[in-house]
Amino acid sequence: MLRVDVEKQLGEFSLQASFASEGRVTGLFGASGSGKTTLVNMIAGLLRPDRGSIVIDGDTVDDTAAGIHVPAYRRRIGYVFQDARLFPHLNVAQNLDYGRRMNHLAHDPAQEKRIVDLLDIGALRDRRPGKLSGGERQRVALGRALLSKPRLLLLDEPLGALDEGRKLEILPYLVRLRDEANVPMVYVSHDAAELRQLATQIVMLRQGRVTSTGGVKVLT
Amino acid sequence: MSAITSAEWTAILLSLRVAIIATLVATPFGIALAWLLARRDFWGKSMLDALVHLPLVLPPVVTGYLLLLTFGRRGLVGGFLADYLGIVFAFRWTGAALACGIMSFPLLVRPIRLSIEAIDRRLEQAAETLGAAPWKVFLTVTLPLALPGVLAGMVLGFAKAIGEFGATITFVSNIPGETQTISSAIYSLIQTPDGDAAAGRLVIISIVLALGALIAAEWFARRATARLHGN
Repeated sequence: MLRVDVEKQLGEFSLQASFASEGRVTGLFGASGSGKTTLVNMIAGLLRPDRGSIVIDGDTVDDTAAGIHVPAYRRRIGYVFQDARLFPHLNVAQNLDYGRRMNHLAHDPAQEKRIVDLLDIGALRDRRPGKLSGGERQRVALGRALLSKPRLLLLDEPLGALDEGRKLEILPYLVRLRDEANVPMVYVSHDAAELRQLATQIVMLRQGRVTSTGGVKVLT
Repeated sequence: MSAITSAEWTAILLSLRVAIIATLVATPFGIALAWLLARRDFWGKSMLDALVHLPLVLPPVVTGYLLLLTFGRRGLVGGFLADYLGIVFAFRWTGAALACGIMSFPLLVRPIRLSIEAIDRRLEQAAETLGAAPWKVFLTVTLPLALPGVLAGMVLGFAKAIGEFGATITFVSNIPGETQTISSAIYSLIQTPDGDAAAGRLVIISIVLALGALIAAEWFARRATARLHGN
């Protein structure tokens, strides 16, 4: 359960968004410049709203009226960026283990194996990010975020930097993730077809405002 | 050319000791300052930046004289340190290390600052979303990615420290076995009628050390670039 009600002014651009989502995958849909990334950065805690509140599973992570702002590193929210952002000085195995180390979580070999198998990244473990293809990088980024055991997973155009062929390569993994990983997701995209396949609920953004919310049919 | 004499060895070893201590002590300060200059905006930043670079353009004899005024036994800081902590810089090898550390500081800071500035800050954001508190982000992402720059800065700073002359001789004089480094030994030798051969040997050693340091710094800089690209 995610409840967002925020305002943010960034130069000329103003964002004013309010929505609640119960869905397993909340699709955040809008053209580029509609404020999707700004909104997701606020949910992640990387950006502070000027006014408003963000509540995840009953836990208030932002409330400007009460002076609450939980920093990103204490939110337990996974974030998969469009450009993967794997740590270049660490190999794949170390990248995957990073969130567990930072959160002082115990090793969970069963869970690690499940996610590594789900994403098919076992063979990449010893490689450096520079030696991975774009699709492989994105799968490792997904695994890295999931292995930090987040209570919510944010995906900001995770297929945006990939060509058509690569997109089709990753999509099945995302569908499996939705059905098997058991982590609610917020999936940002400007591609209606992508969201139709993945999302269970849609929040439509236009020029910093929520224009409609509802099932996948609002995309048509 | 004949072999290196024990007096020359004393100067060489002293230079190495002074330069190594100066570099090791200055490095943590250099990293902190480089980070501050690369990542923070604050009042007086350009002033601080200028202050760090001052030893590069100020006549070394002025820096040495200022050190003498400040850290000499009657100096404000020097008097306090001598009376309460028993630390004396004036006319000691520790003073040579202090002079070398300050003179080489701009060269130490610069590559570190450049390598921190070259790091993609979005990687630090990613670390934060994975649960790393700011100091952990620094230790696990920023510093490892800047490491080749840190090493390059240390090598350059070391090379500068080992060759430092003006500030050192002004601050701690030229005492064989205590403050006579390679540079001040060469200075003394070329003023002695038959010192040419000895001076020549020390000159060659200086050139080898400086050249070696520059090549090492260049190599570290190239490593830094490769590291940032994840190869």
